[in-house]
Amino acid sequence: MTESPPPAHSPKRSTVRSLLRIWPYARPIRWYLVGSTSAAMVASLAGLLIPLVLKQIVDGPVSHHDAAGLWWPAALLLVLGLAEALFFGVRRWLLARPLSGVERVMRADLYARLQRLPVTFHDRWASGQLLSRATSDMFTIRLFLAFPLVFLIVNSMVFLVGIGIMFALDWQLAVIAVLPAAPLIMLCSYFERRYSAAARLAQDQNGDLATIVEESVLGIRILKAFGRHRTMAQRFRAQARELRGTELNKARLLANLWAVIVGLPELALGTALAVGVVQVAHDVTTAGTLVAFLSTALALRWPVESLGWLLAYSNEAATATDRFFEVLDTPLADAEDRVTSTGPGAGGSRDGIRFEGVRFRYPDAPADTPDLLQGVDLHIRHGETMALVGNTGSGKTTMTALLPRLYDPSAGRITLDGADITALSRARLRELVSVAFEEPTLFSASVRENVLMGAPEANEEELQRALDVAQAQFVRALPQGTDTQVGEQGLSLSGGQRQRLALARAVVGTPDFLVLDDPLSALDVHTEAQVERALRRVLADTTALVVAHRPSTVLLADRVAMLVDGRIAAVGTHHELLETSPAYRELMSGERVPA
Amino acid sequence: MSDTGTVLTERQLTERQLTDRQSNTTEAAVEAETLDEALVEEQLPDPAEPVAEPAATAEGEDIPVPPGAPRALLRSLMGPHRRRIVLAVLMIVLQQAALQVGPLLVSIAIDRGIPALRDHDAGPLIAVTAGYLGCAAVATLLQRAFIRLSGLINQDILLEMRRRIFRHAQLLSLDFHERYTSGRIISRATSDVDAVRELLNEGLQELLSVALQIIYISGLLLVLDWRLGLVSIASAGPVFLLQRSYRIRSREIYRRSRSAVASVIVRFTETMNGIRPVQAFRREEANDASFAVPNAEYAKSNADSSLSMALFIASARLTANLWIIGVVLWGAYLVADRELELGVLAAFVLYLRRLFDPIDQLAMFVNSYQSAAAALEKIAGLLAHEPSVPEPVEAVPLPEQPAQSESAPSETALTGREIVFDEVGFAYRTGKQVLPEFSLRIPAGQSVAVVGATGAGKSTLAKLLARFYDPTGGRVLLDGVDLRELATAELRRGVVMVTQESFLFSGTVADNIAVGRPGASREDVEAAAKAIGAHAFISALPEGYDTDVRKRGGRISAGQRQLVAFARALLADPSVLILDEATSSLDVPGERAVQEAMRTVLAGRTAVIIAHRLSTVEIADRVLVMEQGRIVEDGSPSDLIAGTGRFSRLHEAWRDSLV
Repeated sequence: MTESPPPAHSPKRSTVRSLLRIWPYARPIRWYLVGSTSAAMVASLAGLLIPLVLKQIVDGPVSHHDAAGLWWPAALLLVLGLAEALFFGVRRWLLARPLSGVERVMRADLYARLQRLPVTFHDRWASGQLLSRATSDMFTIRLFLAFPLVFLIVNSMVFLVGIGIMFALDWQLAVIAVLPAAPLIMLCSYFERRYSAAARLAQDQNGDLATIVEESVLGIRILKAFGRHRTMAQRFRAQARELRGTELNKARLLANLWAVIVGLPELALGTALAVGVVQVAHDVTTAGTLVAFLSTALALRWPVESLGWLLAYSNEAATATDRFFEVLDTPLADAEDRVTSTGPGAGGSRDGIRFEGVRFRYPDAPADTPDLLQGVDLHIRHGETMALVGNTGSGKTTMTALLPRLYDPSAGRITLDGADITALSRARLRELVSVAFEEPTLFSASVRENVLMGAPEANEEELQRALDVAQAQFVRALPQGTDTQVGEQGLSLSGGQRQRLALARAVVGTPDFLVLDDPLSALDVHTEAQVERALRRVLADTTALVVAHRPSTVLLADRVAMLVDGRIAAVGTHHELLETSPAYRELMSGERVPA
Repeated sequence: MSDTGTVLTERQLTERQLTDRQSNTTEAAVEAETLDEALVEEQLPDPAEPVAEPAATAEGEDIPVPPGAPRALLRSLMGPHRRRIVLAVLMIVLQQAALQVGPLLVSIAIDRGIPALRDHDAGPLIAVTAGYLGCAAVATLLQRAFIRLSGLINQDILLEMRRRIFRHAQLLSLDFHERYTSGRIISRATSDVDAVRELLNEGLQELLSVALQIIYISGLLLVLDWRLGLVSIASAGPVFLLQRSYRIRSREIYRRSRSAVASVIVRFTETMNGIRPVQAFRREEANDASFAVPNAEYAKSNADSSLSMALFIASARLTANLWIIGVVLWGAYLVADRELELGVLAAFVLYLRRLFDPIDQLAMFVNSYQSAAAALEKIAGLLAHEPSVPEPVEAVPLPEQPAQSESAPSETALTGREIVFDEVGFAYRTGKQVLPEFSLRIPAGQSVAVVGATGAGKSTLAKLLARFYDPTGGRVLLDGVDLRELATAELRRGVVMVTQESFLFSGTVADNIAVGRPGASREDVEAAAKAIGAHAFISALPEGYDTDVRKRGGRISAGQRQLVAFARALLADPSVLILDEATSSLDVPGERAVQEAMRTVLAGRTAVIIAHRLSTVEIADRVLVMEQGRIVEDGSPSDLIAGTGRFSRLHEAWRDSLV
């Protein structure tokens, strides 16, 4: 579950080069970024100048006890104070909407791309992996644009200006105060890096812990049935302890980090204070200067401390960007399509479905295993229903996935009414071929939308007809009838109910070609009989391939094809095969026949 | 103070939102998975009737939280660490004192050190400098020690809390799990614990420091000059008001943002998990459009949240700056009038900037406190829920069996145990009756098939026998012992149930089979797999029995999963075996293999078999036909087939389909 997919060829990019790839997305808001950076600069500089004005007040009117002389510096102070507050507000305000817009666009692009990537891609990547790209990674990138990008520039400037001011005020004190800056930045970024490594480990371990919790809850019936709580609890305890260890390590790193952040500047300031006092005493400098100097030094603590994590965060953002582009760089399913026909029908002839020498293996199958399909030849005549039978794992479901081109065969070809399916656009092909999958998936939408997915232009009458065929009359008893929301965000339906809706989806709008993968497995005996009766009428004038596990389903078909060792071993009617093929007899009745 | 100050705190908030989000992710994924599992039949009173009841309970939190439970939970968790907590608080009190003394020393240095130095007396300066450096060192070391100690306390508390939730969730009965939904239990143990963790890790420490900082600085300001001090402290008023209005605004936005991100996640996972139908039905463009809605809503709430933050920070900073300027100007007048010393003013200037530093942190703290309090309440509610299928206080052992072997499934026929339903009835908590009172005796060694339409009560019967539920009336007896009086371990050795759910735990295929009997040898595991006809497909997996089902399990079909479940049961070698739709996804040869195994390996065991398929019935000694919770036909298969009842009609229809 937490396993990351095989990294997509790309060598490790440098942080800067990775981050540069965000540019096309950031480009539309570049002026906002510039504006925000400028605003932050103005605000930071205003903040830096405040101590200088304070020095003027202390050294000028205050030391001379000249109350009237306060007015000018006071006005200046007011302006600076207002500017600092205002421009910090402005800088956030400028970026708030544009930045969340960037995140939205990137997420939409990612989603759109993922939907159009081949199924083999999705086989390799757990949906959790993809989700974290769409949520936390997007978020990291947005935060990078909002803070590190802006403040790496601003803070460096503020730091330089601040040092300039400090040197202008008193170069000796400045040297003392600046000395710890370099080690501070280095130590911070060192600890930050180790801390984020530990944080990532903790996150992974947290994920593993969550997995144990998930499994213990999802598998609660099994655990209870076998009385295995204790074993699970031990696994949980061990994992929780491991997480505790990592968290303690995190705390130790954090403790060191904070010790450095608190300690070093304080030591430098203490030294500067002592030296400053000596200088004031010898009239080398003024009390006002010393106060201004110390205030400035304090104001510079944040820019310096932040550099460490700004850099560490930029690294994280670079990783997030790489992960994002890993998906966007994957070629689309139809990248290499050579579409030659977009006409209304499949091919000209009424030839039905033809598999010719079709071979297939899953890309991640171990090298030493034979191909799953090793040259399938099968002809389903126009209007004919062909049942496909075979042992568990013989490749029946895979064959059904080849028709709508969810997978492409590694050799051979498939034709629909004489036209090679690779010569049709995917959209057109999938319009012609309608599928009911073994696993009936409903989406968060109304029953109507879920069923009409198969034929968006179908009318109410056709919807009702499809529901009737699938014996899904239960829909009428739902709270809002066909408008009832189902799926994850709606009403939960039982496996049998979902299967009937998936069947309705496949048959709505009378498709030219129909593929049904064990469409009746979750139905009880009564319902199964009713569905069969209704389905037979639909199948009468449709070219169909039906995967069957049981005799009752096989009886829907005109003929039966038996898949053995990756080839079609026999084709015939149910009765013919029962008589001629011992293997078929075994498959259907379970009676073992001596070879 | 610069804007970056809020960056660090914002980052903490970010990380917290991230963990939130990640647990949301798992939650959504888990819910997706849960929904894939076929719903428990009893939740469907009638196949034609929609599932109003469970859907309704899935919406609202239906666990009442006893008043004071969250506080009691917190107390019981913190109790064992009382001393360490006191020590930690002491540390932070001292640390903040040492840290806040700095500007005061600056003021002393200016007011005393300079004049003394001019009189060639370096004593005060040396003392002050030494004090400053000493304080810095003490603050640093205490900070370090505090973070380590509080980390230790927090982690121990969290470990205990996680352990309790886990253990309790395991103890709770199945009907609770069915009502409460797995997604919610999981989020109790993950995202809610995370919320508490965030509060413990960042929040409390921060709050303590910030509060102490404010108290110390206010105190010092008052001591330095009470007039200026009072005015400075008065600034808390407007800042507090600003903070409150921000909190109210952000609460609303946070809520919107959470529901928006939940929609984004649900849409996203739904699409990726259903990529085959998405592509096969050309949903890509329609999905782009419908994904855009929550995506835009999420972007909007994010922007609103940033804007509201911008407004708060700008206005709070503005207030603070104006206040500082006012205080400094007044102070300057006082110094000009010789009513205030210059050093005191310098100290004021330095302290005031510090006083306003933690404004933003306080706002963050409020957020994390709110979510942690809500989480703690939910956790306490879960922990306060009493298991409805409790362990017996005094367990009664099962009578000895002559040839009961605890080791490998052997060839010798073992005797099963006798099952008696003694005037048993069962009703839901809502009062809806599922099984009207009935009595039934199944002699040891008998195989009983239970058939009937969906919702007839077959699964409830099985679950009462497995003691997943306790009957609302009457007793279920195993060899004369009430199930409620059996120790869990003993009960599970005696009765094992295989359900249609084909859940696989992470780990290898062998691990999954060995759940039946931990510590079983590889030979035993393989023998069980062979006996059930699962050996062939397992050997064909990339790494055979050592294939990790999470990594390469995507293509283990539902039927194959059921075979693994059977192998598990075979390995457990119980005296009573219950099969609840356990063969629904098997093809005919698979089903045959299972029946074969039951005829040989499990011969002599008592078995209760629930099935849609009549082929399963063939191996049964006896058939029960159920309808609306009642047993309407009871007899041997041949008798029933020969008769004219429901079973006979069903069987005839089924026979016809075979030829």
